[in-house]
Amino acid sequence: MTVNLTGKDIISIPELSKEEILAVLENARSLKKEPQPNLLENHVMGSCFFEPSTRTRLSFETAMQRLGGRVVGFADPAVTSTKKGETLYDSIRIIGQYVDVIAMRHPLEGSARRASEATNKPILNGGDGANQHPTQTLLDLFTIEECQKKLDGLDIALVGDLKYGRTTHSLAQALTHFGAHLYFVAPNSLQMPDYICEELKAKNIKFSIHEKIEDIIDKVDVLYMTRIQGERFADQIEYQKIKHVFVLTAKMLEIVRPNLSVLHPLPRVGEITADVDTTKHAYYFEQAENGLYVRQALLAMVLGKLNK
Amino acid sequence: MQEPKKLLVSAINSGTVIDHIQAGMATKLLQVLNLGTHKKIVTLGLNLPSKNMGLKDLIKIEDKELTEQEANKIAIFSPQASINIINNYEVTKKFNVTLPETVQSLIICPNPKCITNNENMDSDFKVQHVNNQIKLQCKYCEKIFLQSDINDYRA
Repeated sequence: MTVNLTGKDIISIPELSKEEILAVLENARSLKKEPQPNLLENHVMGSCFFEPSTRTRLSFETAMQRLGGRVVGFADPAVTSTKKGETLYDSIRIIGQYVDVIAMRHPLEGSARRASEATNKPILNGGDGANQHPTQTLLDLFTIEECQKKLDGLDIALVGDLKYGRTTHSLAQALTHFGAHLYFVAPNSLQMPDYICEELKAKNIKFSIHEKIEDIIDKVDVLYMTRIQGERFADQIEYQKIKHVFVLTAKMLEIVRPNLSVLHPLPRVGEITADVDTTKHAYYFEQAENGLYVRQALLAMVLGKLNK
Repeated sequence: MQEPKKLLVSAINSGTVIDHIQAGMATKLLQVLNLGTHKKIVTLGLNLPSKNMGLKDLIKIEDKELTEQEANKIAIFSPQASINIINNYEVTKKFNVTLPETVQSLIICPNPKCITNNENMDSDFKVQHVNNQIKLQCKYCEKIFLQSDINDYRA
Protein backbone atom coordinates (compact mmCIF):
# COMPACT_ATOMS: atom_id res chain seq x y z
CA MET A 1 0.00 0.00 0.00
CA THR A 2 1.28 3.45 -0.87
CA VAL A 3 1.45 5.89 1.99
CA ASN A 4 1.22 9.55 1.11
CA LEU A 5 1.32 12.08 3.93
CA THR A 6 1.76 15.11 1.65
CA GLY A 7 -0.01 18.10 3.16
CA LYS A 8 -1.22 16.09 6.16
CA ASP A 9 -1.24 17.38 9.72
CA ILE A 10 0.38 15.19 12.37
CA ILE A 11 -1.72 16.03 15.40
CA SER A 12 -2.73 12.88 17.21
CA ILE A 13 -1.46 9.29 17.23
CA PRO A 14 -4.87 7.56 16.93
CA GLU A 15 -5.28 9.24 13.55
CA LEU A 16 -2.25 7.50 12.05
CA SER A 17 -2.76 4.07 10.50
CA LYS A 18 -0.32 1.23 11.06
CA GLU A 19 0.89 1.62 7.45
CA GLU A 20 1.51 5.33 7.96
CA ILE A 21 3.43 4.70 11.19
CA LEU A 22 5.57 2.03 9.51
CA ALA A 23 6.27 4.32 6.54
CA VAL A 24 7.48 7.09 8.88
CA LEU A 25 9.77 4.62 10.67
CA GLU A 26 11.13 3.29 7.39
CA ASN A 27 11.90 6.78 6.09
CA ALA A 28 13.50 7.71 9.42
CA ARG A 29 15.68 4.61 9.19
CA SER A 30 16.86 5.48 5.70
CA LEU A 31 17.57 9.12 6.68
CA LYS A 32 19.58 7.93 9.67
CA LYS A 33 21.63 5.67 7.41
CA GLU A 34 21.89 8.03 4.48
CA PRO A 35 21.50 11.75 5.22
CA GLN A 36 19.89 13.88 2.51
CA PRO A 37 21.27 17.39 3.05
CA ASN A 38 19.42 18.99 0.11
CA LEU A 39 16.06 17.27 0.29
CA LEU A 40 14.13 20.26 1.66
CA GLU A 41 16.10 23.02 -0.05
CA ASN A 42 13.96 26.13 -0.61
CA HIS A 43 11.48 25.10 2.06
CA VAL A 44 10.87 27.07 5.25
CA MET A 45 9.61 25.67 8.56
CA GLY A 46 7.82 27.88 11.08
CA SER A 47 8.98 26.86 14.55
CA CYS A 48 6.19 28.12 16.81
CA PHE A 49 6.87 27.29 20.43
CA PHE A 50 4.32 28.98 22.66
CA GLU A 51 5.83 27.20 25.66
CA PRO A 52 9.41 26.23 26.55
CA SER A 53 10.97 23.13 25.02
CA THR A 54 14.55 21.98 24.58
CA ARG A 55 14.69 18.64 22.81
CA THR A 56 11.56 18.92 20.72
CA ARG A 57 12.27 22.42 19.41
CA LEU A 58 15.97 21.89 18.78
CA SER A 59 15.43 18.55 17.10
CA PHE A 60 12.70 19.94 14.84
CA GLU A 61 14.91 22.88 13.91
CA THR A 62 18.03 20.82 13.27
CA ALA A 63 15.96 18.23 11.40
CA MET A 64 14.83 20.95 8.98
CA GLN A 65 18.27 22.48 8.64
CA ARG A 66 20.02 19.15 8.11
CA LEU A 67 17.66 18.50 5.20
CA GLY A 68 18.66 21.82 3.63
CA GLY A 69 15.57 23.75 4.70
CA ARG A 70 15.40 26.98 6.63
CA VAL A 71 13.74 27.83 9.93
CA VAL A 72 11.96 30.92 11.22
CA GLY A 73 10.09 31.16 14.47
CA PHE A 74 10.07 31.85 18.15
CA ALA A 75 10.66 29.99 21.39
CA ASP A 76 8.92 32.43 23.68
CA PRO A 77 5.38 33.73 23.04
CA ALA A 78 6.21 36.87 25.01
CA VAL A 79 7.99 38.19 21.89
CA THR A 80 4.95 37.62 19.63
CA SER A 81 1.51 39.18 19.16
CA THR A 82 0.10 36.56 21.53
CA LYS A 83 1.18 38.92 24.28
CA LYS A 84 -1.02 41.60 22.69
CA GLY A 85 -3.98 39.23 22.85
CA GLU A 86 -3.89 37.82 19.33
CA THR A 87 -5.73 34.52 19.02
CA LEU A 88 -3.87 31.35 18.11
CA TYR A 89 -6.06 31.10 15.01
CA ASP A 90 -4.95 34.51 13.72
CA SER A 91 -1.28 33.90 14.57
CA ILE A 92 -1.18 30.59 12.71
CA ARG A 93 -3.19 31.91 9.77
CA ILE A 94 -0.61 34.63 9.27
CA ILE A 95 2.47 32.47 9.91
CA GLY A 96 1.03 29.90 7.49
CA GLN A 97 1.25 32.50 4.73
CA TYR A 98 5.01 32.80 5.25
CA VAL A 99 6.16 29.20 5.67
CA ASP A 100 5.67 25.75 4.12
CA VAL A 101 5.21 23.74 7.31
CA ILE A 102 4.66 24.57 10.99
CA ALA A 103 6.07 22.71 13.99
CA MET A 104 4.37 23.92 17.15
CA ARG A 105 4.01 23.46 20.87
CA HIS A 106 1.32 25.16 22.89
CA PRO A 107 0.19 24.81 26.53
CA LEU A 108 -3.50 24.44 25.68
CA GLU A 109 -5.00 21.06 24.77
CA GLY A 110 -6.41 20.93 21.26
CA SER A 111 -4.31 23.89 20.12
CA ALA A 112 -2.68 21.94 17.29
CA ARG A 113 -6.09 20.92 15.92
CA ARG A 114 -7.23 24.53 16.13
CA ALA A 115 -4.07 25.65 14.35
CA SER A 116 -4.74 23.16 11.55
CA GLU A 117 -8.05 24.92 10.92
CA ALA A 118 -6.29 28.24 10.43
CA THR A 119 -3.91 27.21 7.65
CA ASN A 120 -3.65 24.70 4.82
CA LYS A 121 0.06 24.21 5.56
CA PRO A 122 0.84 21.00 7.46
CA ILE A 123 0.96 21.29 11.25
CA LEU A 124 3.32 19.03 13.20
CA ASN A 125 2.18 18.87 16.82
CA GLY A 126 5.16 19.09 19.17
CA GLY A 127 2.90 18.85 22.24
CA ASP A 128 -0.47 20.44 23.04
CA GLY A 129 -0.67 20.66 26.82
CA ALA A 130 -1.30 17.26 28.40
CA ASN A 131 -3.01 15.97 25.27
CA GLN A 132 -0.81 14.62 22.46
CA HIS A 133 2.84 14.58 21.46
CA PRO A 134 2.78 12.34 18.38
CA THR A 135 6.36 12.89 17.24
CA GLN A 136 7.59 11.64 20.63
CA THR A 137 5.55 8.46 20.19
CA LEU A 138 6.89 7.91 16.69
CA LEU A 139 10.47 8.32 17.90
CA ASP A 140 9.69 5.92 20.76
CA LEU A 141 8.43 3.32 18.28
CA PHE A 142 11.45 3.89 16.04
CA THR A 143 13.75 3.38 19.02
CA ILE A 144 11.93 0.26 20.22
CA GLU A 145 12.22 -1.25 16.75
CA GLU A 146 15.87 -0.26 16.51
CA CYS A 147 16.92 -1.76 19.85
CA GLN A 148 14.67 -4.84 19.77
CA LYS A 149 14.97 -5.48 16.01
CA LYS A 150 11.17 -5.83 15.84
CA LEU A 151 7.97 -4.12 16.93
CA ASP A 152 5.50 -6.99 17.07
CA GLY A 153 4.72 -9.06 20.13
CA LEU A 154 7.01 -7.34 22.64
CA ASP A 155 6.59 -7.20 26.43
CA ILE A 156 6.70 -3.53 27.37
CA ALA A 157 6.44 -1.92 30.80
CA LEU A 158 5.38 1.72 31.15
CA VAL A 159 6.52 3.11 34.50
CA GLY A 160 5.81 6.31 36.43
CA ASP A 161 3.03 8.85 36.08
CA LEU A 162 0.66 7.01 33.77
CA LYS A 163 -2.33 9.14 34.67
CA TYR A 164 -1.12 12.50 33.43
CA GLY A 165 1.80 11.50 31.19
CA ARG A 166 0.80 12.12 27.59
CA THR A 167 3.75 10.11 26.22
CA THR A 168 2.61 6.89 27.88
CA HIS A 169 -1.01 7.36 26.69
CA SER A 170 0.02 7.85 23.07
CA LEU A 171 2.58 5.04 23.21
CA ALA A 172 0.01 2.59 24.62
CA GLN A 173 -2.41 3.61 21.85
CA ALA A 174 0.24 3.19 19.15
CA LEU A 175 1.33 -0.20 20.50
CA THR A 176 -2.19 -1.54 19.91
CA HIS A 177 -1.10 -1.93 16.26
CA PHE A 178 1.74 -4.24 17.25
CA GLY A 179 0.22 -6.75 19.68
CA ALA A 180 2.37 -5.77 22.64
CA HIS A 181 1.86 -7.14 26.15
CA LEU A 182 1.77 -4.04 28.34
CA TYR A 183 2.65 -3.78 32.02
CA PHE A 184 1.51 -0.57 33.72
CA VAL A 185 3.65 0.23 36.76
CA ALA A 186 2.48 3.22 38.79
CA PRO A 187 1.21 4.21 42.20
CA ASN A 188 -2.54 3.58 42.38
CA SER A 189 -3.31 7.27 42.24
CA LEU A 190 -1.35 7.68 38.99
CA GLN A 191 -2.44 4.57 37.08
CA MET A 192 -3.41 4.47 33.41
CA PRO A 193 -6.77 6.17 32.83
CA ASP A 194 -9.83 3.97 32.26
CA TYR A 195 -10.47 5.24 28.75
CA ILE A 196 -7.06 3.97 27.59
CA CYS A 197 -7.60 0.61 29.33
CA GLU A 198 -11.01 0.30 27.67
CA GLU A 199 -9.44 1.04 24.28
CA LEU A 200 -6.85 -1.68 24.88
CA LYS A 201 -9.51 -4.20 25.91
CA ALA A 202 -11.54 -3.41 22.80
CA LYS A 203 -8.46 -4.19 20.70
CA ASN A 204 -7.62 -7.37 22.63
CA ILE A 205 -4.32 -6.01 23.92
CA LYS A 206 -3.05 -7.82 27.02
CA PHE A 207 -2.16 -5.55 29.92
CA SER A 208 -1.71 -5.77 33.66
CA ILE A 209 -1.44 -3.28 36.53
CA HIS A 210 1.49 -3.25 38.98
CA GLU A 211 2.81 -1.12 41.80
CA LYS A 212 6.51 -2.00 41.78
CA ILE A 213 9.16 -2.18 39.05
CA GLU A 214 10.56 -5.32 40.73
CA ASP A 215 7.31 -7.19 40.00
CA ILE A 216 7.84 -7.04 36.24
CA ILE A 217 11.46 -6.16 35.55
CA ASP A 218 12.47 -9.71 34.56
CA LYS A 219 9.41 -10.16 32.32
CA VAL A 220 9.88 -7.38 29.79
CA ASP A 221 11.84 -6.42 26.67
CA VAL A 222 11.40 -2.68 27.14
CA LEU A 223 11.25 -0.69 30.37
CA TYR A 224 9.83 2.73 29.51
CA MET A 225 10.49 5.00 32.49
CA THR A 226 8.80 8.38 32.99
CA ARG A 227 9.09 11.11 35.55
CA ILE A 228 6.68 11.27 38.48
CA GLN A 229 5.76 14.90 38.80
CA GLY A 230 5.81 16.02 42.43
CA GLU A 231 3.39 18.85 41.72
CA ARG A 232 0.64 16.30 40.95
CA PHE A 233 0.51 15.21 44.60
CA ALA A 234 -1.69 17.08 47.04
CA ASP A 235 0.20 15.31 49.83
CA GLN A 236 3.95 15.88 49.58
CA ILE A 237 4.70 13.21 52.22
CA GLU A 238 2.96 10.70 49.95
CA TYR A 239 5.10 11.93 47.03
CA GLN A 240 8.33 11.53 48.99
CA LYS A 241 7.36 7.93 49.81
CA ILE A 242 6.40 7.06 46.25
CA LYS A 243 9.22 8.66 44.36
CA HIS A 244 11.78 6.23 45.80
CA VAL A 245 9.70 3.24 44.68
CA PHE A 246 10.16 4.25 41.06
CA VAL A 247 13.93 4.63 40.89
CA LEU A 248 15.80 2.31 38.54
CA THR A 249 19.34 1.36 39.56
CA ALA A 250 22.02 -0.73 37.83
CA LYS A 251 21.69 -3.35 40.59
CA MET A 252 18.05 -3.97 39.65
CA LEU A 253 19.12 -4.82 36.11
CA GLU A 254 21.07 -7.91 37.19
CA ILE A 255 18.06 -10.20 36.74
CA VAL A 256 16.62 -8.81 33.51
CA ARG A 257 16.35 -10.34 30.05
CA PRO A 258 19.59 -9.83 28.12
CA ASN A 259 17.78 -7.87 25.40
CA LEU A 260 16.05 -5.45 27.84
CA SER A 261 16.24 -1.79 26.81
CA VAL A 262 15.58 1.07 29.19
CA LEU A 263 13.90 4.07 27.54
CA HIS A 264 12.88 7.46 28.94
CA PRO A 265 11.46 10.50 27.10
CA LEU A 266 13.75 12.69 29.26
CA PRO A 267 14.35 14.90 31.16
CA ARG A 268 14.94 12.50 34.05
CA VAL A 269 15.07 13.82 37.57
CA GLY A 270 16.35 10.92 39.59
CA GLU A 271 14.17 8.03 38.40
CA ILE A 272 17.15 6.44 36.60
CA THR A 273 20.41 6.56 38.53
CA ALA A 274 23.59 7.51 36.66
CA ASP A 275 25.07 4.00 37.05
CA VAL A 276 22.42 2.69 34.63
CA ASP A 277 23.91 4.87 31.86
CA THR A 278 26.91 2.59 31.43
CA THR A 279 24.96 -0.68 31.32
CA LYS A 280 24.16 -2.29 27.98
CA HIS A 281 20.48 -1.75 28.72
CA ALA A 282 20.51 2.06 28.71
CA TYR A 283 19.09 3.35 25.42
CA TYR A 284 17.54 6.74 26.34
CA PHE A 285 20.25 8.92 24.86
CA GLU A 286 19.99 7.09 21.52
CA GLN A 287 16.23 7.55 21.87
CA ALA A 288 16.66 11.33 22.12
CA GLU A 289 18.96 11.31 19.08
CA ASN A 290 16.37 9.38 17.08
CA GLY A 291 13.99 12.31 17.46
CA LEU A 292 16.05 14.02 14.81
CA TYR A 293 15.55 11.31 12.15
CA VAL A 294 11.87 10.78 12.87
CA ARG A 295 11.19 14.52 12.64
CA GLN A 296 13.23 14.66 9.42
CA ALA A 297 11.09 11.87 7.99
CA LEU A 298 7.87 13.63 9.00
CA LEU A 299 8.97 16.98 7.57
CA ALA A 300 9.98 15.40 4.27
CA MET A 301 6.79 13.34 4.07
CA VAL A 302 4.30 16.13 4.79
CA LEU A 303 6.17 18.33 2.32
CA GLY A 304 5.75 15.63 -0.33
CA LYS A 305 9.45 14.91 -0.74
CA LEU A 306 9.55 11.42 0.68
CA ASN A 307 6.67 9.08 0.21
CA LYS A 308 6.73 5.35 0.19
CA MET B 1 -64.42 0.37 36.65
CA GLN B 2 -61.44 1.80 34.81
CA GLU B 3 -60.13 5.02 36.29
CA PRO B 4 -60.50 7.95 33.87
CA LYS B 5 -57.16 9.08 32.39
CA LYS B 6 -56.04 12.27 34.08
CA LEU B 7 -53.83 14.78 32.30
CA LEU B 8 -51.09 15.74 34.70
CA VAL B 9 -49.91 18.58 32.45
CA SER B 10 -52.52 20.61 30.59
CA ALA B 11 -52.99 20.04 26.85
CA ILE B 12 -51.77 22.51 24.22
CA ASN B 13 -53.54 23.69 21.11
CA SER B 14 -50.53 23.53 18.83
CA GLY B 15 -46.82 23.11 19.36
CA THR B 16 -44.52 20.34 20.58
CA VAL B 17 -44.68 17.86 23.41
CA ILE B 18 -41.36 16.34 24.39
CA ASP B 19 -42.30 13.15 26.19
CA HIS B 20 -40.33 10.36 27.91
CA ILE B 21 -37.56 12.67 29.02
CA GLN B 22 -35.31 10.99 31.54
CA ALA B 23 -36.36 12.26 34.99
CA GLY B 24 -34.17 15.18 36.03
CA MET B 25 -33.22 16.22 32.50
CA ALA B 26 -36.07 18.58 31.64
CA THR B 27 -34.52 21.62 33.30
CA LYS B 28 -31.33 21.10 31.25
CA LEU B 29 -33.42 20.90 28.09
CA LEU B 30 -35.07 24.24 28.92
CA GLN B 31 -31.59 25.78 28.84
CA VAL B 32 -30.41 23.88 25.75
CA LEU B 33 -33.52 24.69 23.73
CA ASN B 34 -33.40 28.27 24.97
CA LEU B 35 -37.01 28.06 26.12
CA GLY B 36 -36.50 30.77 28.70
CA THR B 37 -36.86 33.30 25.90
CA HIS B 38 -39.89 31.61 24.26
CA LYS B 39 -42.72 34.09 24.52
CA LYS B 40 -45.54 31.51 24.59
CA ILE B 41 -46.60 28.99 27.21
CA VAL B 42 -44.06 26.37 28.22
CA THR B 43 -45.32 23.73 30.64
CA LEU B 44 -42.97 21.55 32.55
CA GLY B 45 -43.74 18.24 34.23
CA LEU B 46 -41.13 16.74 36.52
CA ASN B 47 -41.09 13.21 37.95
CA LEU B 48 -44.35 12.15 36.33
CA PRO B 49 -45.26 8.47 36.70
CA SER B 50 -44.36 6.37 33.65
CA LYS B 51 -45.11 2.71 32.96
CA ASN B 52 -41.82 2.04 31.21
CA MET B 53 -39.51 4.52 32.84
CA GLY B 54 -40.80 4.66 36.42
CA LEU B 55 -40.49 8.43 36.46
CA LYS B 56 -40.19 10.79 33.53
CA ASP B 57 -40.12 14.47 32.72
CA LEU B 58 -42.19 16.17 30.06
CA ILE B 59 -42.18 19.56 28.33
CA LYS B 60 -45.03 21.12 26.35
CA ILE B 61 -44.18 24.09 24.19
CA GLU B 62 -47.00 26.15 22.78
CA ASP B 63 -46.65 27.42 19.19
CA LYS B 64 -43.24 25.95 18.42
CA GLU B 65 -42.50 23.00 16.16
CA LEU B 66 -39.10 21.54 17.05
CA THR B 67 -36.69 21.09 14.16
CA GLU B 68 -34.84 17.82 13.66
CA GLN B 69 -31.61 19.53 14.70
CA GLU B 70 -33.18 20.67 17.97
CA ALA B 71 -34.65 17.22 18.52
CA ASN B 72 -31.22 15.66 18.10
CA LYS B 73 -29.80 17.93 20.77
CA ILE B 74 -32.37 16.39 23.12
CA ALA B 75 -31.05 12.90 22.34
CA ILE B 76 -27.76 13.69 24.07
CA PHE B 77 -29.61 14.24 27.35
CA SER B 78 -32.36 11.73 26.95
CA PRO B 79 -32.00 9.32 24.03
CA GLN B 80 -35.37 7.70 24.70
CA ALA B 81 -37.33 10.98 24.46
CA SER B 82 -40.14 11.19 21.93
CA ILE B 83 -41.43 14.23 20.10
CA ASN B 84 -45.10 14.84 19.42
CA ILE B 85 -46.10 17.67 17.13
CA ILE B 86 -49.56 18.95 18.03
CA ASN B 87 -52.02 20.78 15.81
CA ASN B 88 -55.49 21.64 17.00
CA TYR B 89 -55.09 19.39 20.07
CA GLU B 90 -54.26 16.38 17.83
CA VAL B 91 -50.90 14.65 17.45
CA THR B 92 -50.04 15.18 13.78
CA LYS B 93 -46.48 13.86 13.86
CA LYS B 94 -44.64 11.64 16.30
CA PHE B 95 -40.99 10.64 16.20
CA ASN B 96 -38.16 9.50 18.42
CA VAL B 97 -35.04 11.57 18.80
CA THR B 98 -31.87 10.36 17.07
CA LEU B 99 -28.45 10.58 18.63
CA PRO B 100 -26.28 12.73 16.32
CA GLU B 101 -22.76 11.56 15.40
CA THR B 102 -21.31 14.93 16.29
CA VAL B 103 -22.59 17.97 18.09
CA GLN B 104 -21.26 21.45 17.43
CA SER B 105 -21.45 24.60 19.56
CA LEU B 106 -23.78 23.15 22.22
CA ILE B 107 -21.45 21.71 24.85
CA ILE B 108 -18.90 23.70 26.80
CA CYS B 109 -15.88 21.42 27.25
CA PRO B 110 -15.39 20.70 30.99
CA ASN B 111 -11.61 20.75 30.49
CA PRO B 112 -10.47 24.27 31.45
CA LYS B 113 -7.23 23.73 29.51
CA CYS B 114 -9.06 22.94 26.28
CA ILE B 115 -8.43 25.48 23.53
CA THR B 116 -12.22 25.86 23.06
CA ASN B 117 -12.41 27.52 26.49
CA ASN B 118 -9.63 29.93 25.67
CA GLU B 119 -10.41 31.17 22.15
CA ASN B 120 -13.61 32.52 20.70
CA MET B 121 -14.62 29.38 18.83
CA ASP B 122 -17.26 26.67 18.62
CA SER B 123 -16.91 23.38 20.44
CA ASP B 124 -17.25 20.10 18.56
CA PHE B 125 -17.92 16.72 20.19
CA LYS B 126 -18.13 13.20 18.82
CA VAL B 127 -21.09 11.33 20.32
CA GLN B 128 -20.95 7.63 21.16
CA HIS B 129 -23.57 5.42 22.75
CA VAL B 130 -21.66 2.66 24.55
CA ASN B 131 -23.16 0.23 27.11
CA ASN B 132 -26.20 2.43 27.67
CA GLN B 133 -23.98 5.43 28.38
CA ILE B 134 -23.53 8.48 26.22
CA LYS B 135 -19.89 9.39 25.81
CA LEU B 136 -18.78 12.67 24.34
CA GLN B 137 -15.27 13.17 22.96
CA CYS B 138 -13.99 16.69 22.43
CA LYS B 139 -12.57 17.05 18.90
CA TYR B 140 -9.90 19.39 20.25
CA CYS B 141 -8.56 18.21 23.62
CA GLU B 142 -9.67 14.60 22.76
CA LYS B 143 -10.90 14.00 26.32
CA ILE B 144 -13.91 11.71 26.70
CA PHE B 145 -16.73 12.76 29.03
CA LEU B 146 -19.92 11.19 30.25
CA GLN B 147 -23.02 13.25 29.70
CA SER B 148 -23.18 13.75 33.48
CA ASP B 149 -19.69 15.37 33.42
CA ILE B 150 -20.94 18.26 31.27
CA ASN B 151 -21.82 21.23 33.43
CA ASP B 152 -22.51 24.01 30.94
CA TYR B 153 -24.17 24.40 27.60
CA ARG B 154 -24.50 27.11 25.03
CA ALA B 155 -28.14 27.59 24.08
